[in-house]
Amino acid sequence: MMMEAPAREPVNFAGLLKDAVFAAAIAFGLFSLMLGLKTDQTLNNQMVLVPRPGLLATVVGLVFIGRFLIGYWQAINAGKIKKRKAAATPLALKIEKYGTAAFVGFLFVYPMMVLGTAGPSGAIKWIDNLGIQILIYIMLGWGLNIVVGLAGLLDLGYVAFYAVGAYSYALLATSEPVKEFMAGAVGPTFWPLWAFWICLPVAGILAAFWGVLLGFPVLRLRGDYLAIVTLAFGEIIRLVLINWVEFSGGYAGISSIPRPSFFGVPFNATESGFAATFGLEFTPIYRTIFLFYVILILALITALVSTRLRRLPVGRAWEALREDEIACRSLGINTVNTKLTAFAIGAMFGGFAGAFFAARQGFISPESFVFLESAQILAIVVLGGMGSLLGVVIASILLVGGVELLRELDFLKAYFGDNFDPAQYRMLIFGACMVLMMLWKPRGLISVREPSVFLKEKKAVSSDLVKEGHG
Amino acid sequence: MDDPPAPACSPRAPAPAERRILMRALSDPILKVQNLTMRFGGLVAVNDLTFTAGRGDITALIGPNGAGKTTVFNCITGFYKPTTGRMALRHGAIDIDAHVERLTDTPNDHISTADGRLYLLERMPDFQVSARAKVARTFQNIRLFSGMTVLENLMVAQHNPLMVASNWTIGGLLGFAGFRNREKAAIESAKYWLEKTRLIDRADDPAGDLPYGDQRRLEIARAMCTEPVLLCLDEPAAGLNPRESLELNALLRSIRDDHGTSLLLIEHDMSVVMEISDHVVVLDYGTKISDGTPDQVKSDPRVIAAYLGAEDEAEVEKIEAEVGL
Ligand SMILES: Nc1ncnc2c1ncn2[C@@H]1O[C@H](COP(=O)(O)OP(=O)(O)OP(=O)(O)O)[C@@H](O)[C@H]1O
Ligand SMILES: [Mg+2]
Repeated sequence: MMMEAPAREPVNFAGLLKDAVFAAAIAFGLFSLMLGLKTDQTLNNQMVLVPRPGLLATVVGLVFIGRFLIGYWQAINAGKIKKRKAAATPLALKIEKYGTAAFVGFLFVYPMMVLGTAGPSGAIKWIDNLGIQILIYIMLGWGLNIVVGLAGLLDLGYVAFYAVGAYSYALLATSEPVKEFMAGAVGPTFWPLWAFWICLPVAGILAAFWGVLLGFPVLRLRGDYLAIVTLAFGEIIRLVLINWVEFSGGYAGISSIPRPSFFGVPFNATESGFAATFGLEFTPIYRTIFLFYVILILALITALVSTRLRRLPVGRAWEALREDEIACRSLGINTVNTKLTAFAIGAMFGGFAGAFFAARQGFISPESFVFLESAQILAIVVLGGMGSLLGVVIASILLVGGVELLRELDFLKAYFGDNFDPAQYRMLIFGACMVLMMLWKPRGLISVREPSVFLKEKKAVSSDLVKEGHG
Repeated sequence: MDDPPAPACSPRAPAPAERRILMRALSDPILKVQNLTMRFGGLVAVNDLTFTAGRGDITALIGPNGAGKTTVFNCITGFYKPTTGRMALRHGAIDIDAHVERLTDTPNDHISTADGRLYLLERMPDFQVSARAKVARTFQNIRLFSGMTVLENLMVAQHNPLMVASNWTIGGLLGFAGFRNREKAAIESAKYWLEKTRLIDRADDPAGDLPYGDQRRLEIARAMCTEPVLLCLDEPAAGLNPRESLELNALLRSIRDDHGTSLLLIEHDMSVVMEISDHVVVLDYGTKISDGTPDQVKSDPRVIAAYLGAEDEAEVEKIEAEVGL
């Protein structure tokens, strides 16, 4: 501290080179079989090995250069004393605040913008595949953020609640007894039209119930153990859905799930349909736009509720729990109840999103609720910066939107040949993003914490001080 | 409450004459620990410990490293379930001896009479010891919510009353005025303790950014925000410089005198112990070896031998001179 800045130590190039050669050698060993050789069929159906020395050399070369550059970068930064900003500038908070507001405004006009530029038939892809898909993940990310980001409970089975929500809606909406009962009580057209709006809260409540059910056995577990049990819980739900065929239809899933109506007005080409009622020409785009707004509102409710909860005693207790559970208990906080509410409320939002998913797809099967989904939602929360709502938005756009955009990169075929399908490189890119993030911003994209209450001035808390929780 | 006004103590004077005499522990007890034993496998960390802490007293628990002091705290605050023993704490004037046997025979953890309430701490889980029996504590290795601001730390400490005021979150979500007013009151009480611990200027900084001495004081302020009747401090002066240590003495006295909170204190710094405590209990290898006023304990040969780890009288005197007893 007292010393003058010392002359920078010369970078040890020999050591860096050695490192890079070593990394390249490992890459060669790994990839010589995976990339260096390709199996192919000859005309008379014989399997032959095609060596691909060029590709192999490129990859090994990239690893060599990459490792060298990372090492160099670390070496020139090693001398600098990492100064922790006592309180990150309020700028970060401003970005979060205005960035979020601007983004929400943009979302409200997005369908119109797309409709204007791409026309009704071209817009469906942009609104549905991109817009709705991203919003579902934003909502799931915000829901999981309550459990992982605020309460610090690592939940690897979040998709289970998504599944509970989806199946709750699908089963209730297609169930014959319910249909008959409703037909008898309020007329035959009521249930198909209103099922979504009635089942949405039910799906959330059921998911919250399952959240509490999962919460009880795992309350005493921490860290790795908690992660493993929640992971198992997610798999159990999926396996039950696969194997209990009478209940859930097994692999075949559930189809012809009623679509949401415009508060009683169906989206179809009939006289009483949406287009006819409002004097428009029938196209399927109206339903898509409506669904977009439904998930947008649902996601905003999630954000609103979780922001408010953070400022309430229960939210502060979640964050305190993430920071230090023992200290919480010494202050008279019932940590069991606190954890259960985090599980329940997080699960509830997952359930809402699930019901929406079922209504949007019209068909669900256990295939939609695999572990990879949980991993992706968790990746969104971690990548975004634990606890940050805007971070979740950015991460969803990058991870979900990025993958969708890969499908658009058809021009790459001109360079890599017709067999090249960029979407197949999804997991590779996903992994590379994660590695880069861990190197560059290990605490996520938005890595400041906003205090829930302040006396004079709101100062952001640097993420170096914020704990990740321990289970 | 019904305490007589405490004598004013000038900061540095030992003033044994002015000090209230130990007998408060006998005449007006707040906590009675009886036959407390805590075993960890074969290790007896606390061995048949019996002592009484008086209401409005600063009771110091001292002893060499590993004597079992922190273990006693963990038993009192419910973090450990003692192997055997009874810990009775009273609110109000209820007669402990008259009711404790009866309470022990029931499965309940407390008994209420017109005079007050009696709790059996060993029957209560840790968070209820704080929430219902109103025993707060600090930790030997500071446990703050380091990623939360100083003010937030104090707000978390008022979780239970705020939770009730927010109608278990529902009223709070809907923005009811009752909750907002209660929250303002909570901020005021946090402000009071921040001023008292001289942390008010750092209220909006993360707790993890405070210097060590401030963190110790913040932990005390946080514990006081739960409005305890008994505050257990585990080595509050550890790592403080002499000026901070003096300041701490004044703070602890003020907690005792102005707030009617009784204190139970683990401390290694003999100058602090001798200066502020009304009653000292000495542990060695889990067993109580002395119990009395600071002056009685100071001159107890068993304490000198055990505490200073010396058998030879001459050596003891030499060490005493060094330590400044
Ligand atoms: N959870 C535990 N499991 C096993 N042994 C324990 C446990 N907690 C404490 N002990 C043992 O009990 C004994 C008393 O420990 P304790 O921490 O109570 O001592 P202490 O008087 O607070 O010492 P110090 O002055 O160093 O803080 C020690 O031998 C310790 O190793
Ligand atoms: Mg100790």
